[in-house]
Amino acid sequence: MGKPSIAVHKFSSCDGCQLAFLNAGEELLNLAELVDIKHFLEAGVADEYAHVDIAFVEGSISTTDELTRIQRVRACSRYVVTLGACATAGGLQALRNLDGSNTEWKHAIYAHPGFIHTLDQAEPVSAHIKVDFELWGCPVNGRQVLAAVQQLLFGVAPLEQRDKVCMECKRQHASCVMVTAGRPCLGPVTRTGCGALCPRFGRDCYACFGPAGNANTAALSRRLEGLGLTPADVARRFLFINNHAPSFNEAGKKHYRQGFSDD
Amino acid sequence: MTKRSVSIHVPALTRVEGEGSLRLRIEHGEIQELALDIFEPPRYFEKFLEGRRHHEVLDTVARICGICPIAYQMSAAQAIEQAFGLDPGPWVRDMRRVFYCGEWLQSHALHVHLLAAPDFLGFDSVVGMAARHPEVVRRGLRLQGLGNALIRLLGGRSVHPVGACVGGFFRAPDAAEVDDMLEQLRAALPDAHDLVLWAAALKLPQDEQAFTCVALRHDTDYPFEQGRIVSDDGLSVPIEQYEDHFIEEHRPHSTALFSLLHGAPYLVGPLARLNLNHDRLPAASLSLLRQTGMTFPSNNMFHSLLARTLEIHVAIVEAIRLLENYRRPVSPQVEVTPRAGIGCGATEAPRGLLWHRYELDDQGIVRAARIVPPTSQNQARIEADLRRSLRQFGLNRPDDKLRLRAETVIRNYDPCISCATHFLKIGVTRR
Ligand code: SF4
Ligand code: SF4
Repeated sequence: MGKPSIAVHKFSSCDGCQLAFLNAGEELLNLAELVDIKHFLEAGVADEYAHVDIAFVEGSISTTDELTRIQRVRACSRYVVTLGACATAGGLQALRNLDGSNTEWKHAIYAHPGFIHTLDQAEPVSAHIKVDFELWGCPVNGRQVLAAVQQLLFGVAPLEQRDKVCMECKRQHASCVMVTAGRPCLGPVTRTGCGALCPRFGRDCYACFGPAGNANTAALSRRLEGLGLTPADVARRFLFINNHAPSFNEAGKKHYRQGFSDD
Repeated sequence: MTKRSVSIHVPALTRVEGEGSLRLRIEHGEIQELALDIFEPPRYFEKFLEGRRHHEVLDTVARICGICPIAYQMSAAQAIEQAFGLDPGPWVRDMRRVFYCGEWLQSHALHVHLLAAPDFLGFDSVVGMAARHPEVVRRGLRLQGLGNALIRLLGGRSVHPVGACVGGFFRAPDAAEVDDMLEQLRAALPDAHDLVLWAAALKLPQDEQAFTCVALRHDTDYPFEQGRIVSDDGLSVPIEQYEDHFIEEHRPHSTALFSLLHGAPYLVGPLARLNLNHDRLPAASLSLLRQTGMTFPSNNMFHSLLARTLEIHVAIVEAIRLLENYRRPVSPQVEVTPRAGIGCGATEAPRGLLWHRYELDDQGIVRAARIVPPTSQNQARIEADLRRSLRQFGLNRPDDKLRLRAETVIRNYDPCISCATHFLKIGVTRR
């Protein structure tokens, strides 16, 4: 039997999640020993539709061409793993879905909008194909990704982290920025994975790791309003990096008026 | 010249950030069509900044590019502070420079080793190169790792760091963390030194050509976060006047916009910076450059690689200088009071000048935003370079040689295609 193989694909994204590989240093070289990297454009390997064991997908699906590509990726991969907020939940660019702004924005920006073949919505990969495992985070961190490779290749389902950032703060003995400084922290509804980075830096979490399991967004919304946030501010908190994730989308839309207006 | 028709289509360029492709059609020994297609999907950042509060902007613009998020955060912070009439003071300025050093280190080391060097040493990718040149690759990965560590010192993580804000930083590192960092930086100086000498000894293509360089220039320092916008044909303007001299146009084959200075292509990035600022190099980097025997300004585009390695040295030297004088401040940020206004920010991203303008209302809500990234500024230059260097290389050469040369030329600019598509409003359009 040959080495297991992987591919890294890019869709609509900032390239930040693939850096989990390219920033891995020595571990990248070790990984290249363990597995056969068949496709990874930024690393210089191109064979887009080679059959692989794991296809990592970065980015959301936002053009007609991407729709075709993702279906072909599914067809030639044993496991499909989404890398980060864009691929898992649509990412920041899914904000264009809110008011159906795609066409308007395209015309505002391009002299030749006819050449820009975008879909009306920017959507997560799972809106179009079956996804075997989702990694959250904007960006994902290297540990998550390398752990996923190890676990999938040894046949064990990767560990899911569904706890809240709040729990991580307690573990790290970080003082609560909501209680001590009145900051509008989303830690109570956000999944861990970052090690409570923002609270440890004295700032509020903005939920880049997406919604935790059983996130009580209604209670947090009331709490945020109690801290003096306007309805538009509350909407902006939820409708940010993971705006298209169902629980955030729903919580945000309760307070949302077109264009985040306050009246 | 033989009568040969060649059509080369490289559907997906490798070792660039983002997605681009190249179309080249040669008929009867002449280039009939040449286009660097950028088909990275639009993500409309400038549009969804509208309606956001000033304190959400840095976390938003970071997501334009995972490789240079600090550049986006720093240009944005500067612009918003200018609109609010706010001076964050010397501690914040120094630490922003340190933060920026981390990004140059990380981004340049990534480009030199993982993206560019395989071209000059004859490999497809770093994986193949690592087997034959393990020490070169390891040294590169160490420097890249050091850049990431320096970013983490102030930002918590290296991609989309969380530490910076309008007015300064959320947290000031303590003395022990800074000492530890200083030790790592000092230990890396020999690596950076050897890297520059290694790059100077590489057999790079000789490819002299005329082009206009644009970069920031500061009274005393090598430019990261401050200066006037200057060019080597005499432009010298404050950053607020950018729009009087530079325009963007949208061409059909691309989702990026092309920038022109007074109607002509120009270069931004490490070579442009070094050509315009070699007299601002820190003393240690200048003497290292002398040791190589190379002189700048240079009009060989392939000297970009050397410039990038020298800037790795500059970043380490600068970070050491600034951190040696480190004092933990009473507060890492100054208080921010919004007021209605327009502000501009310009800093030197690893790939060159990154210009932002924001219009904010009295609540500090963004009403309009414009962002001009380095890659759209270089795009017209890349195409012009491709035309002439392929002609000079010889259009008669076999397809795969032509194709490799074309890719090498493009990669030498370190184009970041993700950056190039975040969308700027059109200044001028021509049909
Ligand atoms: S999830 Fe965040 S870091 Fe990852 S590609 Fe998307 S924008 Fe970039
Ligand atoms: S604290 Fe929240 S916003 Fe900050 S890195 Fe963690 S998940 Fe992301």
